[in-house]
Amino acid sequence: MLNINDYPQQWEKHSRTQRLLSWLAWLSFVVLCVFCWQQMNHQTLWYFVTDAPNQFADISSRMWPPRWSYMERLWQPLWDTINIATLGTALGVVMAIPVAFLAARNTTPSQLLVRPIALFVIAASRSINSLIWALLLVAIMGPGLLAGIIAIALRSIGFVAKLMYEAIEEINTTQVSAITATGASPMQILDYAVVPQIMPTFIGTTIFRWDINIRESTVLGLVGAGGIGLRLNESLATLAWPQVSLIFISILATVVFSEWVSARCRKAFI
Amino acid sequence: MQSASDYPTTWRKPPLISTPSIRYGLWLLAAVYLFFAFDSVEVNWQRVWEGGERGWRFVQAFLNPDFTSRWSNIVDGIYESLTMTLCATVAGVILSIPFGLGSARNLAPTPVYLFCRSFIAIARSFQEIIIAILCVALFGFGAFAGFVTLTFATIGFLAKLFAEEIEEIDPASLTAMRATGANWLQQVNYAVQPQVMPRLIGLSLYRLDINFRESAVIGIVGAGGIGATLNTAMDRYEYDSAAAILLVIILLVMLAEFASGQIRKRIH
Repeated sequence: MLNINDYPQQWEKHSRTQRLLSWLAWLSFVVLCVFCWQQMNHQTLWYFVTDAPNQFADISSRMWPPRWSYMERLWQPLWDTINIATLGTALGVVMAIPVAFLAARNTTPSQLLVRPIALFVIAASRSINSLIWALLLVAIMGPGLLAGIIAIALRSIGFVAKLMYEAIEEINTTQVSAITATGASPMQILDYAVVPQIMPTFIGTTIFRWDINIRESTVLGLVGAGGIGLRLNESLATLAWPQVSLIFISILATVVFSEWVSARCRKAFI
Repeated sequence: MQSASDYPTTWRKPPLISTPSIRYGLWLLAAVYLFFAFDSVEVNWQRVWEGGERGWRFVQAFLNPDFTSRWSNIVDGIYESLTMTLCATVAGVILSIPFGLGSARNLAPTPVYLFCRSFIAIARSFQEIIIAILCVALFGFGAFAGFVTLTFATIGFLAKLFAEEIEEIDPASLTAMRATGANWLQQVNYAVQPQVMPRLIGLSLYRLDINFRESAVIGIVGAGGIGATLNTAMDRYEYDSAAAILLVIILLVMLAEFASGQIRKRIH
């Protein structure tokens, strides 16, 4: 039998081996980070980095005051930016609805064939940023608003469809059985039992995505897809810093405006 | 008394918006907006039509992507993206902890709270790309600018969520620690940290995911990573290489999402 003195005198949360293992894990993590840091800074010119505060002071002094007279040339791109976001969201949502119904486990026509395809569409659309979509579309169909609208739409499909199919999978099944019991056709079941239950999620997601899309469409012009980013690119290329600061201010104002609008819409609908 | 025939024989779903004037007014507003929006969108249909052929070439390139001819560039780009992502996430997490503590209402004094909250608000309202442009102007081209961009964006994202998490902790243990006479650091270590740790790890992993995705984009403005490789491939019209890069990005993003999902499931 164990003597009472054989037991540890002090309480310890982790045993010796556990502590050793967690210490080793932390050590290897730190080693990995240091290694990555060195690899990353392989080509960094430290002269530029140490010079950054001077650069910062220099650029800030050039940025201020903003060239307010430039504003009259910004109204049209701002309107374009809002159009890209709104039309892109609308187009994306229209395409996301069928994808969501095909991806949801309880509404998909075929779990084996259709569902994986729909899930792949969602994953592909989600993992590629709208700026990359814009880059591709500008190369394919030329610069302009249309490329921006389609880029925003393609990126929105994955986001909206993912949140919607999760909502569809979580619906209350009693309503579905009730409507099925009346002898409704599959489309009628969708219309009367499923759609009313996911409507709040749908509206909320759409408004949320619109808000994100406004932010994203402000930079699409950097690759030539229209909107205020185009003016930003021009101003940056000509080193016209007073214009750049004015563009930043108007982007900030647009983002705040879109946040206000989406908060109002959410309150009104949900 | 009403006879049976007086009742309606069919039932219709009640509309979403009950007031008819608002219901039709919204449709009218939408129609007017669409008219003006489409009116201002100028589309060069001939150019789009010509683009159809290029689009088809791109689809074909996607079906047989060319991994080989630019493989070393792709590996370099991915490598740079991954190292940048890890460094930026670690630095961002470390820096976002003081900002998160500083912007929690129940821990920080008011001046600190206001300062941290306004910093977070600024960090969150600008797109990563815009921050990247400024960082490239400040630090020169390359991965270091990308690192700073991602770190900055990570602080804005994580500090806000940390602060919300800290504000929602059970105050009982905090009161208990205060009653023992613990100083501020001890309060944080013994009352706050154990409660928020699982969520902190989960959010950090989520941000690792986002940072990798973003690292693929900020290369377009010169901040290093796989985005730069992709931009070069597109500029040279090498659609098959571009398709290969996109497929690699999609694969890595899906892998990262799966891995971080698995780890998060284990922690919770």
